[in-house]
Formats: sequence, C-alpha cells, structure tokens
Amino acid sequence: MTPRPSLPDGFVAVVKQDCPTCRLVEPVLVQLADAAELVAVVSQDDPAFPDLSGAGSAPECTFDDDLSISYLWDIETVPTLLRIEDGEEVERIVGWDREQWQDLTGLPDLGPGLPDWRPGCGSLSVDPLRADELAGRFSASGLRSRRVEFAELEDEFEAMYDRGWSDGLPLVPPTEARVARMLTGTTRAPDEVVAIVPPDLVECTVEKVAVNAVMAGCLPEHLPVVLSALEAACTREFNMHGLLATTFFSGPVLIVNGPIRQRLGMNSGVNALGQGNRANSTIGRALQLVVRNVGGGQPGGVDRATLGSPGKLGFCFAEDEEGSPFTPLSVARGLEPGVDAVTLFAGHGPTAIIDQKSRDPESLTRSFAAVLRANAHPKLPLKIDAVLVVSPEHGRIYREAGWGRDQLVERLDELLLLDSDELVHGAGGMAEGIPEAFAGMQLPKFRPGGLLVCHAGGGAGLFSAVLGGWVNGDEGSDPVTAPIRP
Amino acid sequence: MTTVLDPTGERQVAERSRLERPASLEGKVVGLLDITKPRGDVFLDQLEQGLRRRGVADVVRFSKPTYTKPAPVDLRHEISTKCDLVIEALAD
Repeated sequence: MTPRPSLPDGFVAVVKQDCPTCRLVEPVLVQLADAAELVAVVSQDDPAFPDLSGAGSAPECTFDDDLSISYLWDIETVPTLLRIEDGEEVERIVGWDREQWQDLTGLPDLGPGLPDWRPGCGSLSVDPLRADELAGRFSASGLRSRRVEFAELEDEFEAMYDRGWSDGLPLVPPTEARVARMLTGTTRAPDEVVAIVPPDLVECTVEKVAVNAVMAGCLPEHLPVVLSALEAACTREFNMHGLLATTFFSGPVLIVNGPIRQRLGMNSGVNALGQGNRANSTIGRALQLVVRNVGGGQPGGVDRATLGSPGKLGFCFAEDEEGSPFTPLSVARGLEPGVDAVTLFAGHGPTAIIDQKSRDPESLTRSFAAVLRANAHPKLPLKIDAVLVVSPEHGRIYREAGWGRDQLVERLDELLLLDSDELVHGAGGMAEGIPEAFAGMQLPKFRPGGLLVCHAGGGAGLFSAVLGGWVNGDEGSDPVTAPIRP
Repeated sequence: MTTVLDPTGERQVAERSRLERPASLEGKVVGLLDITKPRGDVFLDQLEQGLRRRGVADVVRFSKPTYTKPAPVDLRHEISTKCDLVIEALAD
C-alpha cells in the first residue's frame, strides 16, 4: 500500500468544485479560515476552488489532481471536514449540517443564510470509472510480483504468447489495476501461501493465483473457487504432479456445489459440460494456468500426455442440486448441506450414454453399468474411477421410482461385479487384462467410493455421461472435496 | 506502455531466451547498437564495412540514448523487428 500523504494538525476540508454542497459551504470555509481554525483545504477538481482570498488566514491549499490524498484518506463524500491530531484523523463529518459543523469546530453561527442541511456528493476517489485504476495505483505497490514491461510497439496479446504464458488461447493482460481488483474477491491476504505448486514445487501466493485468474478471464468473485481448487489440487491425495506428468488423458475436473453456484451464475443446465459460461470456463482455466505458469508444468515439458483432452484447457461445472433426485455430491462426500464446495476429480471426457427407451430405474441402471464397464477398458477392474453425470430426464426416472444416490450406486456395484475369467490376459482374444492368478473370482469394476455420481444437464435429452478417471489411489489420484473459503 | 505482473513462479528471467547463433551471416540483416560512448561510432563504422564485405543483406545502425542505462524497451523491440541479429559495441 502506498503511504498516506500527511495532513497538518487542525481542521482539513476536502472538496470538489463540481459539488453544489461544496460550493454552498465556500463561505463557511472562509469563516473557518477567518477564525484560523481551518489549516488546509484539499480540492479534487479545481485548484482555484474554494476562493479563500478574502479570509483572515491562509490555509494550505492542495490540488489533489492524482486523488492520492482523497483515496488514501478514504474520502467517500465531499465536503468532508477532518480533524487531525498528531497526524491522525480523530473526527470527520460529511456533507453540510450546520449543527454538526458547529459542534465539531466549536464556532457559532456558521453559514448564516444557508439551509440547515444538505447532503454531500460522491468523492472523485470513489467514482466507479476511476476506482479500479486508483485501487491498482495505490494498492499495487503492495503487490510483489515482478513487473514485466511491454514495448510501446509490441502487441500486448502477442507479448504474452511470446513469453509462454498462454495455454493457446488469448489472455487478459494482468495489469496492476486488474490484479488489485481481482484480489478484492477474497478476504485472504495477497502474500498468503495457498499451495506448493508442482512440478517445480513453487510456493504460490494468493497474488500469483490472482494474476493467473485475471489472465484466465475470471471475475473477482470467482477467485475463492480457484484458490480452494488449487489447495485441493496440490494435496498428496489428489496428486497434481502425477496428473500433470502422466501420458494419460486426464486433467483436473472441478465440480462445484453450494449456494456459490447461483452467486457466480455457474452453469449446471443446458450444455453444462460445454462452452459458453464465463465462470465454468474461466475457473477451470485459471487453475490450469497456475499449474502452467507458477508450477512450470507445460505440455511437452513435464506434461507428457499422449493425446491429452480438450478439458485440460479447464474443466469446471456446477451440480444441479435443485433438480436432483440425489443428495449433492459434496454432501455424499462428507460436507454439510449448503456449504460451498469444490470436488476435484482427475478425469476427462465425457463419454456418452444413450438410453431413450428405459422408463424404470432397473433398466436404466443396466444401461449405465454397460457403459461404465468400458471405462478405460472393459477388462480393467478397480484401478480407474469415474464420475457418472446423470441428466435431468434420466434423473426423473430415479425420482419417480424413489431411488436415491445410495440405491443407484449399490445397484451399479452389483451389476459391475465382473467375472474375472473374462478379465485375464488373453480372454476375449485381447492381451490387455489382469494376471491369470486372479482367475475364478468376482472383481468389482470400481473400488469403494470410486464411482462418483452427480446431476447436471439440460431439461431435454435422455443422455447421461461418464467422465473417465486416471489411475486411482496411491499410484494415482483420489478425488478431493474441499469447502470454498472466501 | 503496458506493464503487467509476472504470472510465473519467477524462477527464470522475465526476458525471452536468446535465439541460437546463426551458422553464417550470409543474407542476414545485422543491427549495430552503439551504446554512445565516445568513438564507438568509429569502431562500428569499421565493423559495418567488414560486415558488408561478408555479404550480409543489410546493416542497420541504432544507438542508445545513454550508455549508463539499459536500452529502452521500445528500442529493443525495434531492433528485434528489423534485424536477424545484433552486435552491441562498446568503445572508449
């Protein structure tokens, strides 16, 4: 933060000529100067205002053309009359109220002929058109990131590509003003360390996350989700390092629960897994940009994905809790209802499930099981998790039959108990499979808790989706659900 | 001029890495950057003649406003857009 300019001890008035109340109190300021009570006047818009030439003393007049005094003394209204003692503000009044002004100054008969009371006007330092720029200018000195200067003739968007900061799409330039504004979205201090980000294991501050969130196109209110997602991603359980480095397809998939979905206008409806919603698109992207830029994880570098997936640009959506036949995903994973939460899943997709014929839950669940069996490979049990995204039209079938989440998952587990003879090397004419030692038993497709179920999508379409996972457990990644801290 | 905050972990310098040295000067545009110390221009005149004899496509001359400070970012950008390589010369 820029140090506050000092003001002299005594009464100091902050005014702007454009404000009718300030012009109204001009004779009062002359009275205060006559009484030698007024030590300084700060004018925001006109160095010749107020005219105190006829007054008995000459207060120090400052033209606050850069608004540094107004901004850093938190002036919100003009006129403001401050009483300063030992360089510190001890009292302030705003607008014109004869009684207040007389009480504060101890002078009688101020502004004879003036109305008793007039409200003030907004200070120029809180003008919405200037607020971002001022916040950037005056709080940016507290920002610790290295400054990178682009040449006058350099296109700023090209300049960011040239420096390797982009995931391939254009970035919003992270100017001081934009980063300072982004930081208003969280109560966390800019220098708080959020996580140690792989692969370079770099301490990442709230400020660095904010820089990347600006570039990703986030709004300040999106920042808490990005911060909490980054914390969750950089845990031992989630294993962001391995997920980045793997030759497999997956990247971090973010599923958001809680009232924050509505506050951010997140999409859990039509095209929920697709493009077109700012929060969905930019929150997931911001997390990936932090991994790229702060962590140093770039495709072809530590990211060794054979094919990758488009979701690695950012994959984030909200659960449709209101229309769901099931408890919310975050509640199923142990958080209280109504708590804002983000679940991270190491995944990719979606894989389509078409079932336009089933009208009862048993038939539909069998369709789900048939597609889920093929997750990664029909002959591979236990090692790969999945998210089943049930759409509203499919969800309705469960609701009408009175099936909840537990019943669905239990039935899927039964249907996905696989005969291991079909899974061993060579079975079905396919070398891929599990060792022959496992022959003659039944093996579940999913480990306990390895199949996550959530509800999202548009109101029309008897389609659901599978988001395939990466290898699970110690070898790979466990899903992590974290509350979103403001 | 736009100034942005570095989004990286700041483990590398902010400047972009150098290009590889060219195998030959044949057909290249060479920039000569005079840091404006006295008689630097005399040295660079000699260098320019020598380069032209070796078949470079062109030699473009630049000079820094003062030798006490790094070249302004705009000058660096101009050089990068006009030249294949640059020789920065000091004489005193």
